[in-house]
Amino acid sequence: MTTLDVISPKRRSHGSVTLWAGLALVGLHIAIGLLTLVWTPYDPTGMSGGRLEAPSWLHWAGTDRLGRDFLTQIMVGSRIALIVGTGAVAIGAALGVTLGILAAFASKLLDDALAATLDILIAFPTLLIAMLVVAASDTANLASAIIAIGIALSAIVARLTRILVKRVLLMDFITAARTSGSSWPAIVFGHVLPNIWPTLSVNFALQFGLAVIAEASLSYLGLGAPPPNASWGRLLQEAQGTVYTAPIGAIAPGIALVSLVIGINLLADGLRDSIDPTRRAR
Amino acid sequence: MRWGSGFTASGLAAGMRKHHELVWPASSKTVTLPQLTRRLPILAYTLRRLVILIASLLIAAIVLFVLLRLLPGDPANALLGVGATEAQIAAARSQVGSDQPLYTQFVSFIGNLARFDLGTSFVSRASVAGEIGNRMSVTLPLTFLGFLLALALAIPLGIIAAVRSDRWYGGLISVVSQLGIAIPVFWVGILLVTLFAINLRLLPSGGFPLRGWTNFGEAAVAMILPVLTIALVMAASVLRYVRAATLDVLGSDYLRTARALGSSFPQALIRHGLRNGAVPVISILGIELASTFLGAVVIERVFSLPGLGSMLLLAIQQRDYPNVQGVLFVSTLLVLLIGFAADLLQRFIDPRLRDRGAGTP
Repeated sequence: MTTLDVISPKRRSHGSVTLWAGLALVGLHIAIGLLTLVWTPYDPTGMSGGRLEAPSWLHWAGTDRLGRDFLTQIMVGSRIALIVGTGAVAIGAALGVTLGILAAFASKLLDDALAATLDILIAFPTLLIAMLVVAASDTANLASAIIAIGIALSAIVARLTRILVKRVLLMDFITAARTSGSSWPAIVFGHVLPNIWPTLSVNFALQFGLAVIAEASLSYLGLGAPPPNASWGRLLQEAQGTVYTAPIGAIAPGIALVSLVIGINLLADGLRDSIDPTRRAR
Repeated sequence: MRWGSGFTASGLAAGMRKHHELVWPASSKTVTLPQLTRRLPILAYTLRRLVILIASLLIAAIVLFVLLRLLPGDPANALLGVGATEAQIAAARSQVGSDQPLYTQFVSFIGNLARFDLGTSFVSRASVAGEIGNRMSVTLPLTFLGFLLALALAIPLGIIAAVRSDRWYGGLISVVSQLGIAIPVFWVGILLVTLFAINLRLLPSGGFPLRGWTNFGEAAVAMILPVLTIALVMAASVLRYVRAATLDVLGSDYLRTARALGSSFPQALIRHGLRNGAVPVISILGIELASTFLGAVVIERVFSLPGLGSMLLLAIQQRDYPNVQGVLFVSTLLVLLIGFAADLLQRFIDPRLRDRGAGTP
C-alpha cells in the first residue's frame, strides 16, 4: 500500500501498550474492590486514630475529621464506583441501543417522536433526574443513583446510536443488502451493528467513566450513596471544608477516581485500536 | 461532463449557474410555500424541526407537570407552619390551587407557561421569572464563556493531536486530554481553589458581589476561576471528539484523492476535512453545551455562586414548587433550543444530509 504523509506509520505498537495500561489500572481497582468485601485495613465506620492525622505508616492516607482511616474509605470507594459504573452502563446501553436502532429504522413520525423524547431526556440529565428522585423518596441511596444515571446515559447512547445507524444506512452496501432481499433483522445484526460497534463500545467505556464521575458529583452535592458507603464524591465534599489543615483529603480520593476513569478510557482506546480494521491497517 | 471539470473555477461557476437556473426558473414570480420547501430542502427541514421543537416543549411541560405531582406531600404544606388548622390548610390549598381537579390544574399550568407566567415563589413571594432572570445573569455568562474558551482550546489542539500524533507534542496533548476527561469538574474546581485562592491568594475562593454585574470588576474576578474550571474540563472532552473526527478524516479516501489530485496537505484538510469532520462534532457540541449549562449546579456549589443551579437546589430543599417548576422549564427550553440549533447547523454543513430535505432520514 502506498503511504502518503497523511498516514502515520507509528500506531501499530501503541494500541497494545494502551490496552495493557488500561487493563492494569482497571484490574487494580477491581482487585481492591473485591478485597474490601473480605478485608479492609481498618473498620470503615469506626474511629481508628486522631482527627485529621497526616499520612503515617499506620494511616497511609491519614484520617478524616472523625478519626476514621482515610485509605480504608478510599478502598471502599473503589467498590462503590465499580458497582455504579457497571450498573449504570448496563441500563444505559440496553435502553439506549434499542431505542436508537428503533428510531433510525422507524417511520418518519415515530422517529421524530423518539428523537423529541430523547431530546427531553437529555434535557433532564443525570443530576436533575437524581435530584427529583431524591426529592421524591426523601432518602438518597445507591440504587436510585444507579437508575438515574443509567436513564440519563441511555438518552445519550440512543442519540449517538441513531446518528451512527443513519450514517450506515446511507451506505451502498446497505442498498445492496436491501436489493438482494435481506430482512431488517439480518441488516441490523449483519451490517449495522458490526459497523457501529467499535464506536459504540468505545462510547460505553467513556459512559462508564461518566457514570463514575456523575455519581461522585451527586455524592458531592449530598444526593448520592448515604454515609456507610464511602463514595469518593462524599469524601471530597467532606474534605473541602478542611482543605487547609488536611490537603491530602481533598487530593487522595480524586486521584483514586481519576486513576479508575483513566484506566477505563485507556482500555477503550486500546480496544478501539485493536477492533477497528481501518485503524489497525495503519 | 468531462472528468475533472468540476475542479476548475470556471467549470464550478458554470455548474452553479446551471444548478441555480434549474432550481429557480426565471419565469416564476410568486412562489407558494410547498414550492419553496421543495426547492429549498433546508427550509422544509427547518420548518419540520420547528414543529418538533414546539411538540417537544409541550411533552416537556406534560412530563414536568406529572413529575411535580408525583412528589409526595401537598405543595400547600410549604405555606404552612407546624400545627396549622383545617381552615388554614384549606385556605393554603385554594391559594396554591391544589384543591382543583387535576385537569383544571393542568389547563391553567399550560396556559400560564404559554404566557410565560411562571408564578410566584411560595417562600419569598417573589416572581419566579424575575428570580430566574437574576440567576441567569450568573449562569449564562458562566456557561457560554466557559464554552467559548473550551472551543478556543479544543479545536486547534484536537487537530494538532491528530495530525501530529507521531510527534511528542501530539502525544502529549492526547495524554493531557485523557487526564482532563477523567477529572470530575468539581475536583478541578477544588484544586484550582486550593492553588489560586488558598496557596497563591490571587483570586477569591468563591462568592459573587451582592449587586451583581453593576459591580463589574468584582463580578468579573469572581467569574475567572469558575469559567476556567468549566473550560478546562469541557476542552478536554471536546478535544477527544475533534481528534477522533480528524483521525477519521485523515484515513478517508476523499482526502487521499484530493492529495493525489495535487492539493497540499493543509489545503486538502481545510477544504475537504473541516466540513466532514465538523458534522459529528457539532452534535456532540450541542450535548456538551447543554450538559455544561445544567452541570453548572455543581460548579455553583463549589464556588458558592448565586446561579440557576443553586436556586434549584434550594427550591428542592424548601419544597418551593413554583421555583422548581420554573427552573426546570426554562432549563428544558434552553436545552431544546441548543439541540435545535445544533441539528440545523449539522444539516447546513453536511450537503448529504441537507439535500435530503424533508425526507428520511
